[in-house]
Amino acid sequence: MAVDMRLPTVKNSMSLSHSAGDRKDLVVPGDVITSDTGFMRGHGTYVDEDKLTASVAGEVQRVDKLICVRPLKTSRFNGEVGDVVVGRITEVQQKRWKVETNSRLDSVLLLSSVNLPGGELRRRSAEDELTMREYLQEGDLISAEVQSVFSDGALSLHTRSLKYGKLGQGVLVQLSPSLIKRQKTHFHNLPCGASIILGNNGFVWLYPTPGQQEEEAGGFYTSLEPVSLSDREVISRLRNCLLALAAHKVLLYDTSVLYCYESSLQHQVKDILKPEVMEEIVMLTQQKLLEHES
Amino acid sequence: MATVQVSEAEKVYILHGIRDDLRVDGRGCEDYRHMEVETDVVSNTDGSAKVTLGHTAVLVGIKAEIGKPRPMVANEGYLEFFVDCSANATPEFEGRGGEELGTELSNTLYKVFNNQHSLDLKSLCISPGEHCWVLYVDVLLLQCDGNLYDAISVAIKAALFNTKIPRVHISSDEEGGKEIELSDDPYDCMRLDVENVPCIVTLCKIGHRHVVDATLQEKACSVASLIISVTHKGIITCSRKVGRGSLDPESICEMIETGKRVGKALHPPLMKLLQQEESLGKKRQKVGFLG
Repeated sequence: MAVDMRLPTVKNSMSLSHSAGDRKDLVVPGDVITSDTGFMRGHGTYVDEDKLTASVAGEVQRVDKLICVRPLKTSRFNGEVGDVVVGRITEVQQKRWKVETNSRLDSVLLLSSVNLPGGELRRRSAEDELTMREYLQEGDLISAEVQSVFSDGALSLHTRSLKYGKLGQGVLVQLSPSLIKRQKTHFHNLPCGASIILGNNGFVWLYPTPGQQEEEAGGFYTSLEPVSLSDREVISRLRNCLLALAAHKVLLYDTSVLYCYESSLQHQVKDILKPEVMEEIVMLTQQKLLEHES
Repeated sequence: MATVQVSEAEKVYILHGIRDDLRVDGRGCEDYRHMEVETDVVSNTDGSAKVTLGHTAVLVGIKAEIGKPRPMVANEGYLEFFVDCSANATPEFEGRGGEELGTELSNTLYKVFNNQHSLDLKSLCISPGEHCWVLYVDVLLLQCDGNLYDAISVAIKAALFNTKIPRVHISSDEEGGKEIELSDDPYDCMRLDVENVPCIVTLCKIGHRHVVDATLQEKACSVASLIISVTHKGIITCSRKVGRGSLDPESICEMIETGKRVGKALHPPLMKLLQQEESLGKKRQKVGFLG
């Protein structure tokens, strides 16, 4: 058994990627952007005594006459139509479930937006309403897609495809939504032996790659068979790698996660979360990513 | 304690992992998370320490005041504990939500230190029956990510090591009454011997095995936990069972054995770290809260 105790050290921010000559216009809340009144104000700005002032911390974007400030760090997920999210059921209501997706309001999953077990297409009856809890309970995890956004900002989700639905055994990692890169697909079967769902809302789901027999029941059947030790190790290693990348603000997508996994193979799984090992692994990952891009 | 929701499948995954001695973050059943200890972080206390265990952060401040000794033990000083669960840690502690947990934690601390050997209380006596040092130990929970007892006990040990109590001289004045004088030199102070101060180990029973330093997800899968405080010699000063579930006497014995072993192994690295920090003296770069 091991106890790792040490004195805290000041963390130096690592900046490997210097984009030379790419000076971004960074502002903090209260900074005056311009005193010129000819501009239209967009998101993240307000007018204070005829001066356009920033209300969030971020970079200034100017499109012709429109000035807006895009926040650097989004602590809450602002969903758009088509985003893939991983969420947890918080409430079971009359014809819908409330799902927590790290946004300002709980998202909504309507009963008409889920696939019934067996894949049948029919009108939802009163009996379906009463047996909602058999499909999804409080605490269950689901993967879903954003169907629409309500006027108050709440997201409406749907699981109308076989790849979405209730999630089985695995590990959930909660990160900041701004770290997830927008890609064509968010479901990846990594070559190291595990699968990953990178939800746009910052929730990342790691699970053992399913075999061939998981196609029936529309995603509501969860296998409770014990996962093998080797798969477990891969998942734990991936989880620690994700936390290491998130701590150093590296954009997360399948390639960066894979490079980080490969760089971490020389260390033990539980050592990855030590500060110096984290730094080393992330630096190797960033170098590999730079080489890959050039 | 702050709670997280876990789905049935996640619980099964965690259970099977612990059965195979591979937890979700790759640790074994008896491994602690990464711990950082720093003393002397609050300048207006006589001793302070901040401990970060994973994402759990605890701040302890100790103030020494002169008071009247307890009637039963006239030649000893005493300790007073107060645990404040601040709303910074989790929204559940807002308003009076953290009071219940705070009283539970301080009652446990009273039990842990309620014996002759943990701290030499006779050294806190100034004049028997009239004046003694009272050490007010204030614990502040900054962040809550499971395993509060262990982090608090390590922080208290570090803060007691760091405590500097000023030396006092008793002199009698003209009318025959006693007068207490503090020495003029601000660095003339008394340190406490924390060799025998115990550390608390929390063992959570999950499935058929037990784990040390459980995270909030693992806590949600366990039904009962055993809290024992162990000194550096392996002696247990206090034990408590928490949780709604029941524990088999055989498993309690196993858990106590594990707790003794783990607790005994906690003390040497902590003392070494505290002495190393002390030897750095003025050259030490203080990290504090903005590191």
